[in-house]
Amino acid sequence: MRFLITLLMALCPAALAAAGLEVPVIYLKQQEQQPPTLSNLDPQPADLGETGARLGLADNRTTGSFLGHSYSLETVAVPPGGDFAAAARAALSRSALLILDAPKPALLAAAALPEAEEALLFNTASPDTGLRSGDCRRNLLHTLPSDLMRSDALMQFALTKRWTGLALISGSHPQDQAFAAALRQSAAKFGLEIAAEQTWDYGADMRRNAAQEVPLLSQGLGRHDLLLVADELQDFARYLPYNTWLPRPVAGSEGLVPTAWAPVVEQWGAAQLQSRFHDLAGRKMLARDYAAWAAVRSIGEAVTRTGSADADVLRQYLLSDAFELAGFKGRPLSYRSWNGQLRQPIPLATPRALAAQAPLPGFLHQHSELDTLGLDEPESRCGAFQ
Amino acid sequence: MTFSAKPLAALALPALLATAPLDAQEIWVTNEKDDTISVIDIATLEVVRTIATGERPRGITFSKDFSRVYVCASDSDTVQVLDAATGEILHELPSGEDPEQFVLHPDGRHLYIANEDDAVTTVVDTETRKVVAQINVGIEPEGMAVSPDGRIAITTSETTNMAHWIDTETQQLFANTLVDARPRHAEFTAGGSALWVSSEIGGTITVFDTATQTETGKIAFAVKGVHPDRVQPVGFAFTEDEKTAFVALGPSNHVAVVNAETLEVEDYILVGRRVWHMAFSPDKSLLFTTNGVSGDVTVIDTAKRQALKSIKVGRFPWGAALRP
Repeated sequence: MRFLITLLMALCPAALAAAGLEVPVIYLKQQEQQPPTLSNLDPQPADLGETGARLGLADNRTTGSFLGHSYSLETVAVPPGGDFAAAARAALSRSALLILDAPKPALLAAAALPEAEEALLFNTASPDTGLRSGDCRRNLLHTLPSDLMRSDALMQFALTKRWTGLALISGSHPQDQAFAAALRQSAAKFGLEIAAEQTWDYGADMRRNAAQEVPLLSQGLGRHDLLLVADELQDFARYLPYNTWLPRPVAGSEGLVPTAWAPVVEQWGAAQLQSRFHDLAGRKMLARDYAAWAAVRSIGEAVTRTGSADADVLRQYLLSDAFELAGFKGRPLSYRSWNGQLRQPIPLATPRALAAQAPLPGFLHQHSELDTLGLDEPESRCGAFQ
Repeated sequence: MTFSAKPLAALALPALLATAPLDAQEIWVTNEKDDTISVIDIATLEVVRTIATGERPRGITFSKDFSRVYVCASDSDTVQVLDAATGEILHELPSGEDPEQFVLHPDGRHLYIANEDDAVTTVVDTETRKVVAQINVGIEPEGMAVSPDGRIAITTSETTNMAHWIDTETQQLFANTLVDARPRHAEFTAGGSALWVSSEIGGTITVFDTATQTETGKIAFAVKGVHPDRVQPVGFAFTEDEKTAFVALGPSNHVAVVNAETLEVEDYILVGRRVWHMAFSPDKSLLFTTNGVSGDVTVIDTAKRQALKSIKVGRFPWGAALRP
């Protein structure tokens, strides 16, 4: 074998140049204090997202081992209230390829750094629709679906089922309000109506009182086919199903959940990804794990195909028609050239099974049915990618 | 077999189920989510027997003399060896973890097995029942092929997107070639001088020159009324003269007919849902495709290039093999 390698190096200078290509990636995480929730049944894993990136690294390394490409992943955690931009600046001095697990203000601060101008940043944590529209940044791609992609997926399902009468209960956190706004926008887009709304502002401990409180709250919503809930921090929504005044399915943050990824996705080879993740993490793979995995794999795929680790070369390749990521969702994933969002199917998952996957049949588009989810080119006000 | 089976069935059901008529030609289909094999009689195009296997049976192939059948029982982490006449499980072979697909070397003795969960290709001696070698390959190895002269074995890895070329003398890799996303199946053709590799998500078949391991051509597919993303080539097979290939196109629910010389697609045949793998009748006049989602097998008249019949089998039929 050693003889072979020596021979290869002697005969082929290009191969020599390719061998030894270093691809360092930095995972930069803004730690946040999670607000309290009524139930502690499902605490957010401490390694959420990060382990997805580690799985992507393992996948990249295997491919790299056959090509002489050497991948590394370093994790930097910024404590709550810490200076994210300073941490990003320090990270950019070591690599131009950053995975950002942080909320919108921190993402914008990092993207605005002069050092980040030629860098390639991936948002794997913020579903903010504005980041894919007027607040987009040229150097920032998004592998997590936006709120609007998720709400569009759910409305396609509601329309397919002809559940045209909708009601909505939303929490008061900004994330809840953002998802509620997306649900309203999607309902309008697909010609559905959210006829009644309630805001969750009860201070009661629902583990004692769910059976008494939820019927009263939902009684005020009038007639509807489907009860939507926007509770993105998973505070109260788990107490809605089976406690509502009318017997109605629940969807949104609870019940039938539109999401980038869920442990129940098993088709299209997904069972293999789930089992590799479980071996690595000792837990199930969640949406932000998937987004981080997809970001690291996007880098790997672009490095493999271009033979370069240069951020600008990779960015151009990722945004080109040539890029395709096999993302275990049944069709190739690619980036929207107008706002840097990873185009992807959205599973509609219940806790025990996949109910459907959007785009649903019949929702057509002139270029890609995947672009029926989220901001299509004419709707996005992003100009940074022109 | 001229007697009527029905009156006898009540009396002699176990015997009838267990033993195949000696002169019957059959297609054996593994049902991934039923843990069974459905046996189709080629003369009647009916399922005549159902054989229990280990968990999640996928790859299936017969020994050279057709006395035995090898089945990848993926979730049982083993390759099962069945008596082809009785369907009885004789013994198991050490296969490595999660065997998905395999190929029998022309020596009739060595199985090259893709271990999907383990990024390994395992070589097993079917006589000594021992592992001869394990070769590290890319993530999610799946497609397996061996050259007619037996010198080269191929593993394709679905997530690494490569064809890995194994020297069967040294059991070491001597080349790794990139293909489009999610390579699923590989076959040598033209006397072993060319290798075809299908890429499910890439939507293409890449053709390699075996001697130099360089790409010489690429086949793309376009099914009318189906978005290109859903045209996903998986299994394929060549006619006797190797002038024509039939390619299963997954969730597009079509099989493509490809001119193997010009690499042009000549026809598309509508079959069942999520068409996966296939096997020919002995004279290659009929082609049997496994349709995973619809749980059936489509029988194609290869001369007319038309679907003749759908045969209901078990849940999620995956592999198919001919017992002549």
